[in-house]
Amino acid sequence: MIEEIHGKFLRVTPNFCLGCGNVIVLNSILSEIENLYGTMDGFVFLSGIGCAAWIPSPHIKADTIHTTHGRPITFATGVKLANPDLKVVVISGEGDLAGIGGNHLIHAARRNIEMTVICVNNLVYGMTGGQLSPTTPQGAITRTTLGGNIEYPFDLAGLVTNAGASYVARWTTANKRQLQKSIGKALKKGQRGFAFVEVISPCTTQFTRRNLKAFQATKDELNLGEFIDVEREGFVERIRSSIRENHSMGVKPCRLKS
Amino acid sequence: MEYNLEKDNHTKRKFWQGNEAIAEGAIAVGCRFFAGYPITPSSRILEDLSKRLPQIGGVCVQMEDEIASLGAVIGASWTGMKAMTATSGPGFSLMQENIGYAAMTETPCVIVDVMRVGPSTGQATLASQGDVYQARYGSHCPDYEIITLVPSTVKECYELIIHAFNLAEQYRTPVILLSDEHISHMSETIEIPEKQPIINRKKPTSKDETIFGSVSDDELVPPMPSLGEGYNVLVTGSTHDLNGFRDTLNGDIHRKLVYRLAEKIIRNKEKIIKIEENKPKGAEIGVVSYGSVSRAVWEAQELAKEENIKLAHLRLVTLWPFSDKEVISFMGGLKNVIVPELNSGLIVREIERCTNGKTNVHSFSKIGGGEPITPGELLDLVVSLS
Repeated sequence: MIEEIHGKFLRVTPNFCLGCGNVIVLNSILSEIENLYGTMDGFVFLSGIGCAAWIPSPHIKADTIHTTHGRPITFATGVKLANPDLKVVVISGEGDLAGIGGNHLIHAARRNIEMTVICVNNLVYGMTGGQLSPTTPQGAITRTTLGGNIEYPFDLAGLVTNAGASYVARWTTANKRQLQKSIGKALKKGQRGFAFVEVISPCTTQFTRRNLKAFQATKDELNLGEFIDVEREGFVERIRSSIRENHSMGVKPCRLKS
Repeated sequence: MEYNLEKDNHTKRKFWQGNEAIAEGAIAVGCRFFAGYPITPSSRILEDLSKRLPQIGGVCVQMEDEIASLGAVIGASWTGMKAMTATSGPGFSLMQENIGYAAMTETPCVIVDVMRVGPSTGQATLASQGDVYQARYGSHCPDYEIITLVPSTVKECYELIIHAFNLAEQYRTPVILLSDEHISHMSETIEIPEKQPIINRKKPTSKDETIFGSVSDDELVPPMPSLGEGYNVLVTGSTHDLNGFRDTLNGDIHRKLVYRLAEKIIRNKEKIIKIEENKPKGAEIGVVSYGSVSRAVWEAQELAKEENIKLAHLRLVTLWPFSDKEVISFMGGLKNVIVPELNSGLIVREIERCTNGKTNVHSFSKIGGGEPITPGELLDLVVSLS
């Protein structure tokens, strides 16, 4: 089954580290797109820099934009506003989306712009060799916290919920069925508002082998599930209403017309 | 394709600020997407377009910072829209990484930088010309070439923003319009031409066409499809092959890509470069200027006539790529050339590079307080060197 979907939706076979959760995330996204739409037509995938950013680019056979570090949500905002017919999906890691690009994440959620953001939270900067990330658990050993992490980690799902998103869920790669269901929901919800799925997917190469204890503790404390699922008018929709309200100029907007 | 102003119920005579002329010129050439962040002295462009773009089917969005602004512009450009942003020095610094990205991914877009006094927040929001090298070399590893235009009048703000979009579309590259506080906040009456030449990007005609270069060395500007047209576009700022596939190890692929990014500008230099030369016969002294400072040179030329001095003037409208050939030709027969600038003396280095030892190059630099270089000051220097 998944081989058929891979054949249909992939340009090249993914080549991630042994045990990497990226494959589970990729398969969940592809399976849900097959279930819900049966085609990649109209999808645009954007990603930043880091291992998770390689999930869509170059693998997924669709329009993909591999952006500068931390900025995929800003590019996605331009894509969505310039052509609201496109289904915009951002897939990136927590270092990209919540570290260097954290500002864009909260502002996109605040605007409730119609897009789906899937954040693969591997608890560490994996691609650069395993340094501290904004979600590294306290006490965890990383290449820059050899004595154990003293910082408090970000609760990303909580952050994005409070910033104003329409849909937020958090699962680990071990909750494969729930994760896939939430990704499906987020893909649909992302057409109407800001939908965010945080996937806890500890880096097998750089994190878990050094931090079995810290990860065990984090796992037990983790609050999993759906954080919010509401209907709020999205950004594009609100631009449309505002244009309709201020329609004294008599010129119909071309692309934002509904 | 031509834009007809009559249909837009404009009158042809306008009393506009430089910033208004930039906003209206962008609309005239077909810009329908603007993303920006407020920063004096460029904010008026964002304010004007937030009102004007929704009236004509465009989108204007105020982003959370300048990095996001240029990111959104690049995203919008890939949907097929003509897109731009406007900022000033500090914001221009924040945009630099994405400018390199736009150059590497060959994304047409326009960045307006209304220069103000730095370093850092310096003397916000007074005039300077300090960003001339940032425009060319601001992003890391600028092995590509970039086009930068500098207006000296409000009319030129209108004309050059149109030209900037046309160059961006024609050469699939980011183009920078370097205005400064004097030009952007100054009002002048301008006559708007009824029709403007409009160039749109070349699109691929079949899905077999490669969109990041061609096997043939002659085709320097590849066609650009839009997102959602079924091309399965693969865009990356990493080194990529003709189809967009990342290749971060192969030196040949990198050299082929980056040399082409430079070549597509260099080989078309003659078409891109705009200068204005006024060299009276027998002149032995000249001025090379760009931007607002040129206005003082025009006045100084008149004053010099009264002193019986023939003063030659070369105005660089295109700052980058640099017009070496034109500068060398201008300096022929001149004993002294003055380069007045509202910075510590930057473009004077380029001019010095072009001398053959026969012409002495003098920097006339002024920084701080947003004070302009006056025609009288220039004249004094001209007289002392004559």
